[in-house]
Amino acid sequence: MKNIKQLAFGLILAMGLVAGAQAASGGGIPWDKAPGKTTDQASLQNGAKIFVNYCLSCHSAAFMRYNRLTDIGLTEKQIKDNLMFTTDKVGETMKAAIDPRQAKEWFGVNPPDLTLIARSRAGSGGTGADYLYTFLRTFYRDDTKTTGWNNLAFPNVAMPHVLWELQGERRPVFEERNEHGHVVKVFKKWEQVTPGTMTPLEYDQAVGDLVNFLKWMGEPAQNTRIRVGVWVLLFLGLLSFLTWRLNVAYWKDIK
Amino acid sequence: MADFKEISPNASAGEKLTNWFENRFPTAFYEYKKHMSEYYAPKNFNFWYVFGALAMLVLVIQIVTGIFLVMHYKPDAGLAFASVEYIMRDVPWGWLIRYMHSTGASAFFLVVYLHMFRGLMYGSYRKPRELVWLFGCAIFLVLMAEAFMGYLLPWGQMSFWGAQVIVNLFSAIPFIGPDLALLIRGDFVVGDATLNRFFAFHVIAVPLVLLGLVVAHLLALHDVGSNNPDGIEIKANKGPDGVPVDGIPFHPYYTVHDIFMVSVFLMVFSAIVFFAPEMGGYFLEYNNFIPADPFQTPAHIAPVWYFTPFYSMLRAVTDEMMYVLIACVVLGAAMAVVKGKSSVLLKGVILVGAAALVAMMLSIDAKFWGVVAMGGGVVILFFLPWLDKSPVKSIRYRPNWHKAMLAIFVVNFLVLGYLGILPPSNIGGRVAQLGTLFYFGFFLLMPWWSTIGEPKRVPDRVTFTAH
Repeated sequence: MKNIKQLAFGLILAMGLVAGAQAASGGGIPWDKAPGKTTDQASLQNGAKIFVNYCLSCHSAAFMRYNRLTDIGLTEKQIKDNLMFTTDKVGETMKAAIDPRQAKEWFGVNPPDLTLIARSRAGSGGTGADYLYTFLRTFYRDDTKTTGWNNLAFPNVAMPHVLWELQGERRPVFEERNEHGHVVKVFKKWEQVTPGTMTPLEYDQAVGDLVNFLKWMGEPAQNTRIRVGVWVLLFLGLLSFLTWRLNVAYWKDIK
Repeated sequence: MADFKEISPNASAGEKLTNWFENRFPTAFYEYKKHMSEYYAPKNFNFWYVFGALAMLVLVIQIVTGIFLVMHYKPDAGLAFASVEYIMRDVPWGWLIRYMHSTGASAFFLVVYLHMFRGLMYGSYRKPRELVWLFGCAIFLVLMAEAFMGYLLPWGQMSFWGAQVIVNLFSAIPFIGPDLALLIRGDFVVGDATLNRFFAFHVIAVPLVLLGLVVAHLLALHDVGSNNPDGIEIKANKGPDGVPVDGIPFHPYYTVHDIFMVSVFLMVFSAIVFFAPEMGGYFLEYNNFIPADPFQTPAHIAPVWYFTPFYSMLRAVTDEMMYVLIACVVLGAAMAVVKGKSSVLLKGVILVGAAALVAMMLSIDAKFWGVVAMGGGVVILFFLPWLDKSPVKSIRYRPNWHKAMLAIFVVNFLVLGYLGILPPSNIGGRVAQLGTLFYFGFFLLMPWWSTIGEPKRVPDRVTFTAH
């Protein structure tokens, strides 16, 4: 019995070690928590506006129909007048303004479709929204890159800093730290090189709204899902109570 | 052939209607009695006995939601991914149907694993229920095929690369391997042909086999009668009416019981469907929200959680591990020859067989033996009824250290599953190798260890307190 306990303890210990090694090998920088709720319609509408103005030039959202935006409190007329640049049919999906072949030529890769980006980028570091929120706020000037931009969350990314006018140019300050016998560069803080049209707080707010929209777009039914789920669980709770009493009533006979 | 029964003209309308049907379709009435109202199940079933009924419920959920998914899904490499998103966005309540199906797949394995664990605990596979167990193991195997092929259909990155990795494993089989892999894929890489044939298998061929096996599993069970937590044969103690004294009719007692447990299960199931359908990336992997791309291999390809214990066994068999396995074969053969009580001829056969096996193990690539370990991990379950030599069935009356053995087996299985999710690592690999050895040792050495220790006295009647 003692040996068995030791073995079990060893296994648990091994699991812990493996989990630790796993967490350490993430790469990039730790992700910030994305603010915003997919029930906040003002935030989603602002996010949609930023999305069609900045992202949709190069990225598509091929599974997302414009008229689905009625779910976030917009009317079809509002959508047509303010958000549609590539089509005049409100039932169309969101296509990119750029020609994919040109995009490939300019950036070396085709800009990925963004419909499901917030779902596919989740990982051990957090949700996909956390990743995007970090990614869109950690661009910096890097003249060694062809686009002139680099990113802390996605090193050597092919995408330039599309929102740079809003955020301004920034430079990361690294600190050299001795870890396990070798020197590593650790991110310490940001240094503003040129100011943007937004204050850092406003910029975080805007990116938060954009990411919130991306998160909603990944699964437009998510708010309905949760709302319906509450009723379903309440019903099943009542059903469980009734079937429990039914069971007890029958089993009284069994001695 | 039952005789035609006349009914009094004064009988009620309901009685007349019943009589009308009974005269024309007596089989339905006979089978209802045999399987429901006069199927006598032991009265001491506990919590663990609900998972068979739940597995049946999940099977129904999968078939019904599957039918509705097929109405909108397109089995075409160019359209499949988009059609799933169409279901998620444009089909009314399509998201609910899809999440029920994806959660149902995981739920199926969860309840089947718990159902199998129940069998393992109480010796439900022992005589006379060997066939019930064999049909059950076949269901498990077929279910794995069903899940594997279904996972390709959304045509995401994990669908594609998971199928690519697993089908490539078949090419490790000597001589026929490459052609076999080609036959499965229908192409040199996983592609449209693969998607089409997996779709055909997933929606019709495999479900038919599955349903047939479920029927066989139930019929065989109802012929021999259910086991119970005490591992006592209730049919050995019948009352003057021929009914087992510890048996109660399945309907209504276990039907009301199962209905209650079904409600509780549906609460858990719905909690996942409505509040966490991705289940942290374990039920729906994040990478699978990216369309399949044959030119971009994901950094880490992990199968869905229910396959990972066996995937760990596959990865555990490295070149180094082969020497350990060869040592095990040599040791086993030596033990059989020195300690065994078999004839000289049989011992000769064992020696020659072991020598041939070692020669094959030395000459064929470790990758193949990894596939053998992965398949063997499932196949070995089929032999359980003949490996267990304990004089008592139920864990309740087995020596205490058997309980510890079973507990370690469960922990080991969970650890293997956990390691299978992770990317390969040195220490994880070592633990998986140890776990694989334990897994197979548990079964292969069972004829020996299951006889060791003093079993407790098995009572004559089942233990039951009225509630």
